[in-house]
Parts: sequence; C-alpha cells; structure tokens
Amino acid sequence: MTEQAVTQQAANGPATGTTSSPSSAVDRRDIAEYALRLGDDALVLAQRMGEWVSHAPELEEDVALTNIGLDLLGQARALLGYAGSLTGRTEDELAYFRSDLEFRCAHLMCLPRGDFAATIGRMLVVAAYQWELYERLSESADETLAGIAKKAVKEVAYHLEHARMWTLRLGDGTDESHRRIQVAIDDLWPLVDELFRTDDLEQRLATAGIAVDSSALRGPFDAVIDPILAEATLTRPDVPAAAGGGRHGRPSEHLGHLLAEMQVLARQFPGASW
Amino acid sequence: MTRPATFRSPIAEGRPPVRLSGPDADRIAEIAGAVPDPELPMVSLTNLGVLRAVDVDPDSGAITVTITPTYTGCPAMNTMAEDVVINLRAAGYPDVTVRKVLSDTWSSDDLTQEGRQALRDNGIAPPAASATDRAAADAPVACPLCHSSDTEQLSRFGATSCKSLYRCRACREPFEYFKVH
Repeated sequence: MTEQAVTQQAANGPATGTTSSPSSAVDRRDIAEYALRLGDDALVLAQRMGEWVSHAPELEEDVALTNIGLDLLGQARALLGYAGSLTGRTEDELAYFRSDLEFRCAHLMCLPRGDFAATIGRMLVVAAYQWELYERLSESADETLAGIAKKAVKEVAYHLEHARMWTLRLGDGTDESHRRIQVAIDDLWPLVDELFRTDDLEQRLATAGIAVDSSALRGPFDAVIDPILAEATLTRPDVPAAAGGGRHGRPSEHLGHLLAEMQVLARQFPGASW
Repeated sequence: MTRPATFRSPIAEGRPPVRLSGPDADRIAEIAGAVPDPELPMVSLTNLGVLRAVDVDPDSGAITVTITPTYTGCPAMNTMAEDVVINLRAAGYPDVTVRKVLSDTWSSDDLTQEGRQALRDNGIAPPAASATDRAAADAPVACPLCHSSDTEQLSRFGATSCKSLYRCRACREPFEYFKVH
C-alpha cells in the first residue's frame, strides 16, 4: 500500500462529503467495527491466496488464485480505509500495526492454505457467504458500504463460479481428488457457523438499515452450497460448530503466524515504500 | 462561475457521461481522459469509462479529477492517477487532485465503442455488448484474430483482473477476453 492509498482513503472518507451515514443516532464506531470485520476477512484471506504464488497445480490456476487474492485485497483496502476514516487511522495502520487480538476476522479465513482442495473448499464457502452478504449490503443505507458491496458482489460472483467448477471437478473426479475435497470440507465445516452469528452491534446497525443480519444469510447460503455439494457427490458434514470468537478478539491460533509474515516489513521499516 | 457542462465523447453514446463543473472543465476532461491505461495502453481512461468527473474551483483553479476502478484491487489505479496529474501539469494545470470513488459502480458497459475497437485491433476480444442482458453476456466470444465464434475458455482469470484466457478452435490461437463485469 502506498501514499496514494491514504489519499484514496481520505477521498472516500466523510471529510470530503462523499460519504454520508444516514442517521446521527448511529454510532460511527459501530460502523467502523463492522467495516473492520468485513475488511479483516478479506485481508486475511487475500494473504492466504497470495501464498499460492508459484505453487498452484498449473499456471492458469496460479493466475486465478492470485487474481482472486487481488480482488479480496482491493475489497480489504476499501473496507479498512473506510473503517480508518471513521476512527482516525490509515488503512496501513490497521493492516500492519494491529496485533492478532485486535483483528476481527472469522477463524475460517485464518486456516492455513492446506492443499489445493482445502483452498477450493474454503473459497466455495467464503464466496457463497460473501455473495449473499454483498448482494444485500449493496442496499445499505450507508453509501460507502453500499458502494463497496456493489463492486465486491460482481467480483465474488466470479470467485464462487470458479470454486463451484473446481469442487465439481474434484468431487466427481478421481478417488484421490474426491477424498481430498471431502476431507477439506469436513475439516473446515466446524468453522462455517461463525460466519452466520450475529451480535448486538450488528443488530443495531441492521435495524438502522446499514448492516446485514448475518444470521439471516444461513438459509440462502445453504441453498447455494447444498446443491453444489450434492452434484459433486460430496457429503455435507454433520458436525458441531467450533467456538469461534474471531469477531470479538478471540483470534484463531493461526492468525498470529500469518500476521508475523504479513506485517514484518512494515514493522521493521515503518513508512517503507518501494 | 461558468455554466456546468457535460463532456460527452461522440463515440460514447449510451454510457454515463462525465460530470463537469467549473471553468475549462471540458478541456481538462479531454486531457485527463486521454491518459492511457498502463496495462492496456490502447485504451484511454475516457474509452475505458473510468473517468467520472472533473471539478474546477472557479476561485482557486484547483482541479479535482474523479476516477473509479474497474476492479477494487486494480493495481493500475495509482499509475493512472499519477499520469493524470503529470499530463495536466504539463498542460499548465499545476493544482490537481485525483479522487477515487467506488460508486457509481464501473461496468464493462462503460467501455466506449472506440475502446472496444481498440481492444479488438490489438488482439483482445472486447466484452459482450451488455453486462445486464444475460443472452448477450453469454453469447460466444468471437476470436479477435480470425473472427470465428468457435472459441473456448481456458481460464476465467488472466494477466489482469479484467481479462480471462480463451483459445480459438478455428485458428488455434490463444487470446484474451475483456470480461463482462
């Protein structure tokens, strides 16, 4: 991220009058926290996708996975830029100078990238969730969130289609590819529930027409995922949900390691640019 | 203050016009809009449809150029913004700020006819005529080299966010397709 990123953030922020939050009764810190949750999901998953550079099974897939990571990074920058503009911080400060306890991403985003099947399984779940989320957030009473969501929903539709096609290919492919994608889905499934948990903050914003009630997304999400799993000859896991807590400062055990790599340069050389 | 004007390129009928306000805004829009996309240098910002507004403060002469990304993560945005500032400075406009906005959301429908032809002339298949008309969006992609419609998608993702990879079954050449978005 660069100086221009800061300009962009400032330009998108409320200081220039391009953003309006609809009601003075709404606490701007609530909106900032909500944007941080969505932005951290995108940022951490973008970092995971970036780990595939030069490691994907074929060149086209290398390009695809990193392009998807780039889309997520773009969404993260817009969301963190907005969160920062409401709380007096830059997107770089938020990305590089918070500890794992201050991140607000769901545990699913933090899972190590695993093999290709694990990456595809997670992409399928996250893209289906984000697609339902951003479609509804496009109607947000908060103009900035609506603008980001309108852009993001089109990008996420491509991610979902890409993951769907690979899930079908792997699930309905060889015994080994079927085994691997089923293991991937089984391993991540306990973390799916966290995406659809709501809380008081989200409910306050949802009531004001700003946020989307996460719990209302579970039905539409299942309606997207279940037919894909069935067509891919995969079994939908029946497992208890993990404790979660990523949205409330109880981060995944994997997050600290991810941040160590992502943040090291910015922390060692503050203000570095290249 | 001079009257608000709307700069509309003659080849851009049907696409959202560039919003103009303040003295000289139309000339400034011509200069800013002529900046090429760094990744697709055959297409100008005007023809890409990413130039959204030019506002000139009638008192100070300060210029604000508003552009919007094709994709949120598009890394070409910073270069575009720098090039707009450089070109306007060279044309005698020292006080330029480039503002980046996400709404109104860019669509591949914003690409002008001239921009589509420039892509085609350079071996890149332009996007289907309408991103909202499903029939048009799903129509077969014509090969930009031999014009055959007998083509296949190799990958939904290409060298930049806005393109995917195709191959022509007729002339056997690979080519890029500017995605409907």
